Amino acid sequence: MKAWFKSGSPWIWLNGGAVAFCMIMVVGLIGLIAVRGFGHFWPADIAKVEIIDANGNRQVVMGEIVRPQTITAAVARDGGHHIPEGVDLITRYLFKQGNRDQTGNDFAWHFETGMGEFQYPKDAFQIERREWGNFYGQPVSLSREGNVIATPNDANFWSLLQESINRSLQIHRDIHRIERGEIGRMNSEIERLRLDGRRLELSNPTAQQRAAEEARIAAERARLDDEYAILRVELDALYQSTRRDTLRMRMADDREVDLSLAAIVRITAPNAMSVPQKMGQYVERLWEFLTTPPREANTEGGIFPAIFGTVTMVFVMSIIVTPFGILAAIYLREYARQNLMTRIIRISVYNLAGVPSIVYGVFGLGFFVYFLGGNIDRLFYEAALPTPTFGTPGLIWASLTLALLTLPIVIVSTEEGLARIPSTIRQGSLALGATKSETLWKVIVPLATPAMMTGLILAIARAAGEVAPLMLVGVVKLAPTLPVDGTFPFIHLDRKIMHLGFHIYDVGFQSPSAEAARPLVYATALVLVILIVILNLTAINIRNRLRERYRSASD
Amino acid sequence: MNSQASETTNISISASQARDNSDRMPMRMEDEKIKIHVNDLNLYYGNDQALKGINMLIPEKRVTAFIGPSGCGKSTLLRCFNRMNDLVDICRIEGQILMDGENIYDRNVDVAELRRNVGMVFQKPNPFPKSIYENVAYGLRLQGVNSKRVLDEVVERSLRAAALWDEVKDRLDDNAFGMSGGQQQRLVIARAVAIEPEVILLDEPASALDPISTLKIEELINELKNEYTIVIVTHNMQQAARVSDYTAFMYMGDLIEFGDTDTLFTKPEKQQTEDYITGRYG
Repeated sequence: MKAWFKSGSPWIWLNGGAVAFCMIMVVGLIGLIAVRGFGHFWPADIAKVEIIDANGNRQVVMGEIVRPQTITAAVARDGGHHIPEGVDLITRYLFKQGNRDQTGNDFAWHFETGMGEFQYPKDAFQIERREWGNFYGQPVSLSREGNVIATPNDANFWSLLQESINRSLQIHRDIHRIERGEIGRMNSEIERLRLDGRRLELSNPTAQQRAAEEARIAAERARLDDEYAILRVELDALYQSTRRDTLRMRMADDREVDLSLAAIVRITAPNAMSVPQKMGQYVERLWEFLTTPPREANTEGGIFPAIFGTVTMVFVMSIIVTPFGILAAIYLREYARQNLMTRIIRISVYNLAGVPSIVYGVFGLGFFVYFLGGNIDRLFYEAALPTPTFGTPGLIWASLTLALLTLPIVIVSTEEGLARIPSTIRQGSLALGATKSETLWKVIVPLATPAMMTGLILAIARAAGEVAPLMLVGVVKLAPTLPVDGTFPFIHLDRKIMHLGFHIYDVGFQSPSAEAARPLVYATALVLVILIVILNLTAINIRNRLRERYRSASD
Repeated sequence: MNSQASETTNISISASQARDNSDRMPMRMEDEKIKIHVNDLNLYYGNDQALKGINMLIPEKRVTAFIGPSGCGKSTLLRCFNRMNDLVDICRIEGQILMDGENIYDRNVDVAELRRNVGMVFQKPNPFPKSIYENVAYGLRLQGVNSKRVLDEVVERSLRAAALWDEVKDRLDDNAFGMSGGQQQRLVIARAVAIEPEVILLDEPASALDPISTLKIEELINELKNEYTIVIVTHNMQQAARVSDYTAFMYMGDLIEFGDTDTLFTKPEKQQTEDYITGRYG
């Protein structure tokens, strides 16, 4: 035994065990998120089952089986369910039955007692709607302007249906383009005119100037009103035409419901799909998840604004933190006299890295948003007051707060990089008649760039995953617009953004339906992890290239 | 300075020949044109005195070697000539170093200008993380020379002067870190030569190199002394004997003996010198 200890084997086992433990944790975490997250997009079969309860009431349920669960009969009896005597364990199934507008609940548990055979009718439709969640049912007929044009027995029923859906989707896109694009542009012009008017009042003009300016504003407003009237007519026509087609569906309880195609995003019949078709559907849904904005209080649709917001914020943060951190580190290491003062500053900076991030959030809100932003508004956006422009949480403040949060990381690693550069290189440059600053900028800083990149990588990793401070300084659950768009000045630093981390919190804990949110939380978490990995890999790749270029003679 | 250099030496034979040639006439300081006067130089690191009242004359276009045991102050003295000691905060200097009659420690001396006139090569090769070409061009670019034609010419001339041109002429754009240690050291010499200094200081230039590279560096020193005043610090007494015209032996911050190399190595005046060169201590 003693010999075994002396041989060092216990250490090897201990160290190896630690590594194995870490690997299991990481792989398990990623694996769980990946399986749960990616599984969400697979088109599940729609089961239909007949349940006859103890009183002889017949109930038909149709929907996706989310998961079965086995519980003790006692628990079920406590819950007020009738369970036959002599049964100890009982299985229940969670059905995603949809039809929230009709039945009130998307999800429902059903006990296996009295349950008949599961049936998978080929004509069971899963219909994604813009409102009220999914609809599950079997088709009855497709009508155009009130007249039935096809029934499921017709050979062309499916193609007619798809054609109608494509048409209504196209109309929806047109409506969206007009409302968001053109009317949005008009709104911003009207807002600009309003501000011009306010500015005119504030600037105390002569009567002549006032008259001229007011005439101009009135003329422009009249022009915009005319344009708006034209668009309004166009829009009304589009809204009218979306109401052309309706689909009559029969629910599990044999009630029939008319659905307007204008409210439908997608119709699938998963029971009738082959595996390749399901794969196609899977990719389509995954793509939709990544590229479209959320619907219905974030419980449906995609997460594109959150991805975009996260990336934009990280970029803006990097742009702010890199120069500041590097300049501060260079001063501390190269110029500042190394005495008690610099040591205190250095210790303070290092300790800043350990301050809880919510503290930064509070600081950001108090200093950046209210003080800085408020003063910017008073100085430059006086006309818009009392509506704040920068005096309210937004992209720039979120990025600045995160920059502050990650500043110590960049400073520390840059300083370490500078300290590692051999003094002979420095002396070599000085001996050629270079001044200190020439040496610094032409030789030392290029050599330290890999270290700076390391700092930036760590900063990005930290910033992209941060949530708590962002809730205070610029991240919201639903941002109506992206921070980058086609209207001047293209990057809107004052806008609020969505963020993947906050989105996870919001969907997971603030959404009306926990069951509906669960897969979205996993999927969003997965996207966040992948995004951080991508950002990191990019930065690591850049660093490795730099390293190759500045490979030091000493190592 | 170089242009108006008047040759007052009595003989001019290459050093390598000279060492084999025992009946050659010894060089005499009285015949030399003096480039650097060191007058009563005292140097302190904090409270420790590293150089004690050094007086010495460095002749122009000759190789002067400093020998002595580790810590004797020879590198410190060398670094006084281009004021590299200024980088050390706790370093304090008394006395004068006159270069062409001007005290380089005068208040109004531009240190960068001085270092352009006094090139230096360090113990370990220290090329910059740039291409071979840019390494050599670095000093000129600092002076604002950016003309491609001028730079090309200077780079070629300097690399030729450092006997490196033939080895690297096809890969001037490669990173200097890809060269061997000996090549790097010659590149550093080329870099120093490129800005046409008057004096070149070599601080144990061959101590990190293999024998073949050392030999090349020594040959190079022989070539360079036709154009430049060279001061070399070395641990290696054979090397001092091979390459230098004058040798100074230092011990514990004192200049013990200074004279022409032949005399110093064959008939040293001081017992300490003899002990050192015969290997009794150090």
